[in-house]
Amino acid sequence: MTDNHTHTEHLDSETGKLGMWIFLFTELFLFGGLFLVYAIFRAKYSADFHLAAEELNAFIGTINTVFLLVSSMTAAMALTAIQKGDKRLTIFLLLVTILLAALFMVNKYFEWSHKFEYGIWPGSPVLKNMSHGELLFFGLYYMMTGLHALHVLIGMILLSINVVKVKTGAVNSGRFLMLENSALYWHLVDLIWIFLFPLLYLIT
Amino acid sequence: MGNEAEVSYLEYQGRHKGIWSWLLSTDHKRIGLLYLYAVIFFFFVAATLGLLMRIELIAPGRTIMEPQTYNGMFTIHGIIMIFVIVIPGLAAVFGNFFLPILIGARDVAFPKLNLFSWYLYMIGALLGVASQFFGSGPPDTGWTFYVPYSVESATSVIWALTAAFILGFSSILTGLNFIVTIHRMRAPGMKWMRMPLFPWALYATAWIQVLATPIVGITLIMVIAERVLNIGFFDPALGGDPVLFQHLFWIYSHPAVYIMILPAMGVVTEIFPTFSQKPVFGYGAIVISSLAIAFVGYFVWGHHMFTSGMSYYARWFFSFLTFIVAIPSAIKVFNWISTMYGGSIDLKPPLLYAISFIFLFLIGGFTGLVLGALATNVQTHDTAFVVAHFHYIIFGGMGFSFFAAIHYWFPKMYGRMYNNSVANIAWGFNFVGFNLLYFPQFIIGIQGMPRRSYDYLPQFETGHVLSTVGAFILITGLILMVINLMVAARRGAKAPANPWHGVTLEWKIPSPPPHENFDEIPEITAKPYFFGTKDQNKA
Amino acid sequence: MNNDEKHISSYQSLTVVLVILLFLTAISVLITGFHLGALTVAVALLIASVKVFIVLTQFMHLKFENRFLRLAVTGVFALFAVVTIITFIDYYFR
Repeated sequence: MTDNHTHTEHLDSETGKLGMWIFLFTELFLFGGLFLVYAIFRAKYSADFHLAAEELNAFIGTINTVFLLVSSMTAAMALTAIQKGDKRLTIFLLLVTILLAALFMVNKYFEWSHKFEYGIWPGSPVLKNMSHGELLFFGLYYMMTGLHALHVLIGMILLSINVVKVKTGAVNSGRFLMLENSALYWHLVDLIWIFLFPLLYLIT
Repeated sequence: MGNEAEVSYLEYQGRHKGIWSWLLSTDHKRIGLLYLYAVIFFFFVAATLGLLMRIELIAPGRTIMEPQTYNGMFTIHGIIMIFVIVIPGLAAVFGNFFLPILIGARDVAFPKLNLFSWYLYMIGALLGVASQFFGSGPPDTGWTFYVPYSVESATSVIWALTAAFILGFSSILTGLNFIVTIHRMRAPGMKWMRMPLFPWALYATAWIQVLATPIVGITLIMVIAERVLNIGFFDPALGGDPVLFQHLFWIYSHPAVYIMILPAMGVVTEIFPTFSQKPVFGYGAIVISSLAIAFVGYFVWGHHMFTSGMSYYARWFFSFLTFIVAIPSAIKVFNWISTMYGGSIDLKPPLLYAISFIFLFLIGGFTGLVLGALATNVQTHDTAFVVAHFHYIIFGGMGFSFFAAIHYWFPKMYGRMYNNSVANIAWGFNFVGFNLLYFPQFIIGIQGMPRRSYDYLPQFETGHVLSTVGAFILITGLILMVINLMVAARRGAKAPANPWHGVTLEWKIPSPPPHENFDEIPEITAKPYFFGTKDQNKA
Repeated sequence: MNNDEKHISSYQSLTVVLVILLFLTAISVLITGFHLGALTVAVALLIASVKVFIVLTQFMHLKFENRFLRLAVTGVFALFAVVTIITFIDYYFR
């Protein structure tokens, strides 16, 4: 036994995975609070929500959805690849995942700056002139996509760390808990978006 | 095996030396002590604030402080007591210290995460205290941060909100750690229904920590968004609803009270069998009650909001569920009393505190029903009656259970015994002081004394005087209790491994425990609480 | 003992899953073209729920995990749904 650990140095994978799943539960409830607010105001201001949603570009939203879905697949494939010991393929798939995430963020940047150009941001005069429902819709839009984008960034960082670790061999076919957990986190990011997309973009 | 298994955890020197062997330790026992010292420190900070409030309230009008100061005091008193003391307290101190031992493990599932939780806790707690001195003045919103005032108040609300958020994150990570620990690290043979009841309590609690806390996390962020961005969710002028804040806030904060009380119930459930030398009555019933309290506790939050303007059906629903959730708690009381019945009672300080726990918890619980019934709620909402109710439940419940726990496990943690007589005297001051402090508040509350109110009508003065006297008696007892324990930690008589003749795993290892808890991980072949009497053990 | 993963998803099965997800996405986008009124939300959420179920069970391997985890995930979604419904008991009947 090493002197500073009370158990084996490498965390048993089932234990580590359970830990990540429980963490994902907390993330679901974190976003859940915003979904609850959305539900309440959507019910109250359904017509205005429809109106506001038309300001959003459903095409970009759909593209972003495609990006995330594909990236989820490539992340899952990366797990398969490491399990099969295919180091190069693993790294390639991880990089594709990160690239798709980056493209998502680029889209998000364009979407938001486009809104800013139109004077639409929380607390803006333009927003104050809109109806209550529209104002609240955009408040929710910014908070939900903003919180989501933060998680995309965190996911990108996690996946990048995995690229390095796979390169150095710290993550390998016998020991890939970190990659598995990072992929799970990434799937959660995708999952949240799957709910966000129709609720924000497709209620026209 | 060698040295490691025999050196006590207090003396063990690993990779780090001196103070760093504590501040960087991932040993659950040391982390438990780190939490203990923090809890004691912040408790006395918040208790002093409480005492100052009581001095202010001893007479109507201005006594020692301005109204704004008073508002700041009850706010930070609440924030510290709720988020720094009562929610983390039992789980972080005794859960950390004893959960692994009670299930036959060497540590929790994620020891480094455990240490990280403590650092988050310290940062959050210090940030909360910092809100008093930095920014634009101590927050004056009450610990419940109700909108619209929490959006309008020009004080350092964002500091306090951030502190609460960080403390919540610490709570989430501890809960996560405990769930995984209980699932994955039980000793061989320790099936779920062979696990002692304190771990069961921690398990039910951990699920609440993990599933409820994130909601208050996002809610606090929404309030920050209101203050900074004018986001509008809670602002009627922009189409929002202030009651929505209350829903979101209490969706967490009601389950939070079960985070407070479930471990407290778990502690006394360990104490009663030991000091009755009898197995727990109704082990299965207690398991199911614990899970039932955690589960049903999610659906009663609206009972904090009966006068807020909720729909009739909502009020009906929440009142009904509130009465339902009282049932499993009552079942537990029945089980505790039945555990003692016919047992060989040894009235040592842990049992004294555990019995007082039942008494105080019952008063708190019954008065909760008064608040939970719609008609009587109208009279008592936002009065001193509420203040008395929750202090009986939280302080009389969780607080006295904490005192019970420290007196129960102290010999194991420090390998020393404290002075029983002094402990009993301190108990006397605590018990008398507590009741004198809070019981009058039920009465003046029903008579109309509002809560969070700096000034009051002259007819309430007698009650307030009694209450303040009680506060001084109580603080005397608390100081005496802590001094007794501090002296004992340094100079108490050496304690044996099993001073109370307990039968759970912690009593089978030395006092204090060695660094790795067990020489060899035990193999469990029987149900817990086996005292060798006739009706034991179907394994 | 580390990573005793029994089940490894094949690249092919993962690709099939993606195709299904993209197909469902296309459906949900096209559906908005039809004016279903109040039903729009329900249909959109239904399709989203199916997609989420697929991501959970296939990409996140939930289909191959132990029963406790599957129960816990279900419980989490159920709890959120119940809390939402209860909140609506206030708003719907005000």
